[in-house]
Amino acid sequence: MKNIYVDHAATTPVHPEVIEAMIPYMNEVYGNPSSIHTFGRKARRGLDEAREVLARALGCQYEEITFTSGGTEADNLAVIGYAMANRENGNHLITTQVEHHGVLHAFEFLEKNGFDVTYLPVNADGIVSVKDVENALTENTILVSIMYANNETGAVQPIQEIGAFLSEHQAVFHSDAVQAFGIERLDMNELNVDMLTVSSHKINGPKGVGVLAAKKELTIQPNLYGGEQERKRRAGTENIPGIIGLKKAVELMETTRNEKRALYKSLRETLLSRLQEADVNMLVNGSHEQVMPHILNVSFPGVNVESLLTNLDLDGVAASSGSACTAGSIEPSHVLAAMFEDSNRSQSALRFSFGYGNDLEQIEEVAKRTIKIVQRLQT
Amino acid sequence: MIYFDNSATTQPYKDVVETYTKVVQQYIGNPSSLHPLGRQAERLITQAREAVSSLLGVKSKEILFTSGGTEGNNLAIKGTAFRYRNRGRHLITTKVEHPSVYEAFQYLEGQGFEVTYLPVDKTGAVSVQKVKEALREDTILVSLIHVNNELGTVNPIQEVGRLLADYPKVLFHVDHVQGIGKVSLPFKGSGIDLCTVSGHKFHGLKGTGFLYLREGIWIDPLLHGGSQELRHRAGTENIAGAVSLAKALRLTLENQQNKTEKIKQLQGMIVNAVREIHGTHVNSMEDGAPHIIHFSVPGLKPEVLVQALAEEGIYVSTKSACSSKQSEPSRVLQETFRDEELAKSGIRVSLSYDNTEEEANTLITTLNRVIPELLEVVNI
Ligand SMILES: Cc1ncc(COP(=O)(O)O)c(C=O)c1O
Ligand SMILES: Cc1ncc(COP(=O)(O)O)c(C=O)c1O
Repeated sequence: MKNIYVDHAATTPVHPEVIEAMIPYMNEVYGNPSSIHTFGRKARRGLDEAREVLARALGCQYEEITFTSGGTEADNLAVIGYAMANRENGNHLITTQVEHHGVLHAFEFLEKNGFDVTYLPVNADGIVSVKDVENALTENTILVSIMYANNETGAVQPIQEIGAFLSEHQAVFHSDAVQAFGIERLDMNELNVDMLTVSSHKINGPKGVGVLAAKKELTIQPNLYGGEQERKRRAGTENIPGIIGLKKAVELMETTRNEKRALYKSLRETLLSRLQEADVNMLVNGSHEQVMPHILNVSFPGVNVESLLTNLDLDGVAASSGSACTAGSIEPSHVLAAMFEDSNRSQSALRFSFGYGNDLEQIEEVAKRTIKIVQRLQT
Repeated sequence: MIYFDNSATTQPYKDVVETYTKVVQQYIGNPSSLHPLGRQAERLITQAREAVSSLLGVKSKEILFTSGGTEGNNLAIKGTAFRYRNRGRHLITTKVEHPSVYEAFQYLEGQGFEVTYLPVDKTGAVSVQKVKEALREDTILVSLIHVNNELGTVNPIQEVGRLLADYPKVLFHVDHVQGIGKVSLPFKGSGIDLCTVSGHKFHGLKGTGFLYLREGIWIDPLLHGGSQELRHRAGTENIAGAVSLAKALRLTLENQQNKTEKIKQLQGMIVNAVREIHGTHVNSMEDGAPHIIHFSVPGLKPEVLVQALAEEGIYVSTKSACSSKQSEPSRVLQETFRDEELAKSGIRVSLSYDNTEEEANTLITTLNRVIPELLEVVNI
């Protein structure tokens, strides 16, 4: 039986052209970009070009791009770095209950360090209300961090609206756009966000690379000290091959984004309607309209997700219970817990996420295999 | 083309690049995922951890993969300081550390810690005696560079480790970035609690590295989020990077066994030749690391010499790469020699095990020609 990977929200395969683009930067252009000789300068040029591509992709300026070791580091740098550097302007921070742990645990760290954090609830669709943001805002609020799209449910938050509202307030606005990057067009100006996080391995780039895009006038306390790199926002010899890989992934994505969005949309609709048509008991988790096309999260009441996953494994389908980072072992999802009272619903929740390599035929197959298993487990 | 800037960064071994690309192509899962692709990835990173730890004679859970030396140093120093600040707020390091150590300590000074920056002797080394004198009731950390990245001077790590064995409340961190694969340092039995290593300095890839964290020690994380790296470091693992790092380490340690004599010989040739050139001053020590030769040409801007050599296809450096942009004199040389002129005109030649005698001879011939020419221009 052919294996089918529908866990692209956890991580994605690296595109062959991405690897190809990286190889010369390992074998030949291996200089340290801080070196003043040709080797260094060639590496520096590669770095500069990647920075330009990322700035264009995110609608910010060249010097506003900071390369990091991944999405988690970028989230930490934005949240902790901004809060720590701007304490004198206020002690209050706002985020949501459904953020990725890279954001959530950064806020918990700040709470331990004397900050006041409001964790906004979401409705049953997984969406935060703009009104709630407005109501939570105080004179002391310095930072609001709300993810663009949720990694478990795909729910898309009203970022632009919140951003527009916040533009009148001293609080700066950070958004973790890791799950939206590559599928949605991201423009920091249009979105009215001051800081944006993206990660390479979610868009068919290499692992270990991410970006924090942050308005240049913002003061951010670095997490890594010790060099002039990344305009002192992030020290350390730059991961040139990784950054070049990310650049290539971005270029590939820009030429295919619209096609991909349409494809994932049809994959999602197909899988959803197959499941709905079948004789299984099922609930969809997350908004139907405000949702990323590559994520489908469903609960099968009465089914234990662990046995469901084991059975899917045996049938060659790689899906996931929640976000990969809470996984390793299955812990109850904080995202679904914020959406529903019913803990059974989250214990039977399964996430399918689509990406490079998936096609309609595969998804029909996923539907078939899933339905068969669920029917068996639900009787 | 002759590359003599191996302390700034190195060319990854062919096998390292191959390993990296193979892993990237064949292992697509996230190690945190429960399905077989995730578990395969998890197994692979566990194997990489085991490979690294067995090469170093430590336990596999003592190895944390990082994004490089700067992260390792920041994690070790800030993580220890914040974790144990209730025990005491005094920290000890030296005046000649790499910026990723030095600036981490400067940051901690702003956070209510007191830092003693030990002076070095005229070889650039710290003495055990000085460490001992600086220790206090409230000292919680000593952090020393093993091999200095500018001068190649080797610090007496094992002696300091023995001294600190009598101070169980003081943790000992070593920046081993320039030492690994060049100057042996047993992780076990040297009294070391934390030790930083970076992949790209020994023919691994940029963006890879690890921190050795002795079993039983907990430090505060730098990155908050998932529970990766035994809960010490959040963020999706760079699996292919970790596997390629294990490969690079094995190859480098093999080279160290087989080729140290060879590069020592090259080093000797270059040092002797530079000494003969009028107007030069050799700064690196006879008993320093085998891969670094450091000299000054007082009166000559080092960038000029770097460029002149580059025109001949020979790549060397001024100061350390991380501070090359700054035109200030080197802090390390200032502290060691207390001579502004020497500190402003330093040149570093750094070797890899693959450099040849022919390349050394070309460098020597070129220096013999270029330095007098440039000095003549300066003196007009
Ligand atoms: C929404 C979101 N934010 C942040 C991250 C963390 O990124 P990384 O895995 O690059 O550390 C992830 C993925 O794990 C994510 O899905
Ligand atoms: C002694 C020393 N420590 C730390 C570092 C930093 O390591 P990385 O370049 O991997 O961040 C370097 C090199 O730049 C170094 O030479």
